[in-house]
Amino acid sequence: MTQQVKVQEFGLSITRQAVLEMQRRNRRENLGRAWYKFSRNPLSIVGAATVSIVTLLAIFAPLVAPYPEHVKPFTDFANASLPPSLAHLFGTDEIGRDILSRVIFGFREALGMGVVVLALVVPVGVLMGLVAGYFHGTWIDTVIMRLTDIFLAVPPLVLALAIASVLEPNLFNSMMAVSLMWWPWYARLVYGLTSALRNEFFVASAQTSGAGTRHILFRELLPNMISPIFTKMSLDMGWVIIIGSMLSYVGLGVQPPKPGLGTMVASGAKFLPDLWWISVFPGLAIVVVVLGFNLLGDGLRDLFAAEEV
Amino acid sequence: MALLTFLARRIFQSIFVLLGLSILIFVIARVMPGDPARTALGARAPQWVVDRLREDMHLNEPLTAQYYFWLRDAVRGDFGISLYTRRDVAQDIAEFFPASFELVLFAGFITAVGGIGLGTLSARYKDTWIDNLVRVLSYAGVVTPAFVFAILLLLLFGLALGWLPAIGRLSEGIPAPARVTGLMTVDSLLAGRLDAFWDAVKHLIMPALALALGSLSQEARITRSTMADNLSKDYIAAERALGIPDRVVMGRFLLKPSLIPTVSIFGLDFAASFSNAFLVELIFNWAGLSRYGMNAMLRKDLNAISAVILILGVLFITVNILVDLIVGALDPRIRLQAARSE
Amino acid sequence: MAASAPLLDILDLAVHFRVYGGVLKVLDGVNFRVNTGEKVGLVGETGCGKTTTMKAILRILPVPPAVIPHGEIRFKGEDILKMKPDRLRKVRGRGISMIFQDPTAALNPVFTVGQQMEPVIQHTSPEGRRLSRRQVHDRAITPLQEVGLPDAERLLRSYPIQLSGGMRQRVCIGMALSTNPELLIADEPGTSLDVTIQDQVLRLLHDLVQKKQTSVILITHTLGVVREMTDRVYVMYAGNMVELAATHKLFSNPLHPYSQGLMKAVPRLTGGGVAEGIPGRIPTYQSPPTGCRFHPRCPHVMEICRELKPPFFKVDADHEVACFLYEGHGSARTAEAGAQ
Repeated sequence: MTQQVKVQEFGLSITRQAVLEMQRRNRRENLGRAWYKFSRNPLSIVGAATVSIVTLLAIFAPLVAPYPEHVKPFTDFANASLPPSLAHLFGTDEIGRDILSRVIFGFREALGMGVVVLALVVPVGVLMGLVAGYFHGTWIDTVIMRLTDIFLAVPPLVLALAIASVLEPNLFNSMMAVSLMWWPWYARLVYGLTSALRNEFFVASAQTSGAGTRHILFRELLPNMISPIFTKMSLDMGWVIIIGSMLSYVGLGVQPPKPGLGTMVASGAKFLPDLWWISVFPGLAIVVVVLGFNLLGDGLRDLFAAEEV
Repeated sequence: MALLTFLARRIFQSIFVLLGLSILIFVIARVMPGDPARTALGARAPQWVVDRLREDMHLNEPLTAQYYFWLRDAVRGDFGISLYTRRDVAQDIAEFFPASFELVLFAGFITAVGGIGLGTLSARYKDTWIDNLVRVLSYAGVVTPAFVFAILLLLLFGLALGWLPAIGRLSEGIPAPARVTGLMTVDSLLAGRLDAFWDAVKHLIMPALALALGSLSQEARITRSTMADNLSKDYIAAERALGIPDRVVMGRFLLKPSLIPTVSIFGLDFAASFSNAFLVELIFNWAGLSRYGMNAMLRKDLNAISAVILILGVLFITVNILVDLIVGALDPRIRLQAARSE
Repeated sequence: MAASAPLLDILDLAVHFRVYGGVLKVLDGVNFRVNTGEKVGLVGETGCGKTTTMKAILRILPVPPAVIPHGEIRFKGEDILKMKPDRLRKVRGRGISMIFQDPTAALNPVFTVGQQMEPVIQHTSPEGRRLSRRQVHDRAITPLQEVGLPDAERLLRSYPIQLSGGMRQRVCIGMALSTNPELLIADEPGTSLDVTIQDQVLRLLHDLVQKKQTSVILITHTLGVVREMTDRVYVMYAGNMVELAATHKLFSNPLHPYSQGLMKAVPRLTGGGVAEGIPGRIPTYQSPPTGCRFHPRCPHVMEICRELKPPFFKVDADHEVACFLYEGHGSARTAEAGAQ
């Protein structure tokens, strides 16, 4: 359980400094220990490395991609439909664009979607879950939970598709669609955690010492749930990327000629099996990214689970 | 008796959820910019025809009234006309639903048998190469999206090796059997047409596999870890210590408690199946509900979209209730505690 | 003392566990013997290897992590560790039966009591498979009645979760005795129950065992129970047997420093004085102390204790101790070997 050291303002600035220094040292120690534990499992390292590499590729795409201009409208029929070679590691597509470069840029869309969706979904979902769980048994609880039930009543992708289909097809709208159907999962998770934790002593003691609801929710309950929320977030990155790519595949996400991993798989599908590289490499890129996040997430989960002992 | 109360409660809750869902769908559908009547009739239709259709579709009335009309009709099974097929949506659904159902059923069968089988195998030979192989494969299965796997399957078995047909439910040369259930396999058997039966099965294999992959891998992982956990439980040791032969202990006394988590996630897996079916049906050109729904969404065929989502919602809720029942049947603790808490 | 062959004889048993960081050398050459008709106690603190030894006897240790590098477990002359599966199956239940420590964990939560008892009866009765379901069912009723459970029919249809802790314990006892074993292993019976119920359970066990003339291994960390219910006692520490004596001799004259510490740690109602604990903690099995495993905590530790593991020295006819303090008395092994 995290301990929050509250330093009373006695005016003893020396003491405060000493406490802060101790906290900093503790944090460094904890991080060091956490890293040691995390690094024991080689798969987690692979996951972390994969995610880091993909992130770096995405950020530095214009510098890293061999043919960065191929992601803009570009044709070069002389070099079209080339199989993988030294010049074009993943081959070129039917209008001559280098697939490797497009895949690297495609990582931008994938990661971007993950980040944006989680940035929207986590605060909303967590807040809903906290409120519903804290006021467990009251009408607030019922309303919020029924609301999540409604969103969860439909298979996830279907809802995202439905929402995306009524909006104009582009990356932003697909992010909105995915966000709308994703928040209930966090609400559910946090609801369960809050309902369980609110009966613990530290909550009661905070209540009796006059702490306000906001303080209890954000300063007492939430810090104890960071680990499971964080673990879920890292695993979710993978799933969001998959759903995003599925939306792109059917044409509701990234629109051609922009490079989106799902979009590329779709546009290459008609050239199977001859120009197989157009679909297969973006597809494998999706798998690699998702694999990385899954391994990372699993590693984090093992790390946090072990610490609970 | 507790069973009936449980069912009644769940159904009651579900009705609320479905109502909420219907409102959600309705709002989504009506958020659409543009005039649905105009879209239906096309740009060249004269205005008075469009106005007339607007009257018929109640489009000039307040939203709540529109919702009421829509709901009233939906409950009666009238989902309106599809903008694309120009038929009753209800008819469309009746035509395309069995194909999806067959696919999902087949995939579900593969998931159950494959997932539980592989998981058990993995637990039995824990930490040997068999176990490690299954674990790696199931991990790969979990991270690969169904549509990527579908394309890989198509590439390998359909096009490169040519072992399995790539498109549709039945080959061109083979006439379809008389339609009784709509399930190609069942109908062919009923009609005594073995050639159609085998052909249908061959067409089913790849899409069902693509669909089943993710769930199968997930189930295998959970079965394995549950079994491995339960193996070291005292009650297993006790049963062996008291002289019950190992095969009985493993087969019956280990299996039942280990199935509980697996069955529990089956509801979620089923949802995932239908999600994945959307893309798989598209890739394999499978004439099913998901493909129909997919096309409806791309063409903004509002009536069809609403109907498909509603149907899927009902289906999903039903499956979840069924799963809860099965879990209750397997695990007396849940049954008895649920009864006590009511 | 009858010179007949012992019912159960464990010779120099070692059990190691392969875990992530290395090997846990839990049992380090254990010797243990039960004669027919005897009630033998096994005392030691939690974690000293009592349950591991018992599970090794029945070969229900989880075998991937567990490894048995050497040792013999002879039941009526035959080595259990070398038995073929068929023979082993016959020993389990009918020959040796076991009551587990935690009755809640020892009952399968998703099956009724009847569904768990009936296979036991079916597979351990002499008539075996030739019994009809009705007969098996009827035979399940008697053990339940013997352990004092009313309404046995309803009990057979109940799930463990519907029973109280005391009832579950009785069911476990009933199941273990329903096989009419020659040797019953009772692993800390009643520990998880509250004291009054535990007392009832122990009395019940005592009566049943008397009636059926079953040999018993009674594991416990409560000395009072040992004193009342056993003929002989083994004291165990960190994977080794350290003392073995007739019960009254152990209590009147504990020899091993550890046993002495145990006796002192029990609070007395009369005579005043405060109970003392034994300083220190049980060692980790990954890197156990060299020589005698108790030496880091021993108030009488000598140089030799750090280097050599003490063998058993026979101090008296039925009192042996594994401690170099008693070296003068001569090794128990040689004494035994001489006297057949």
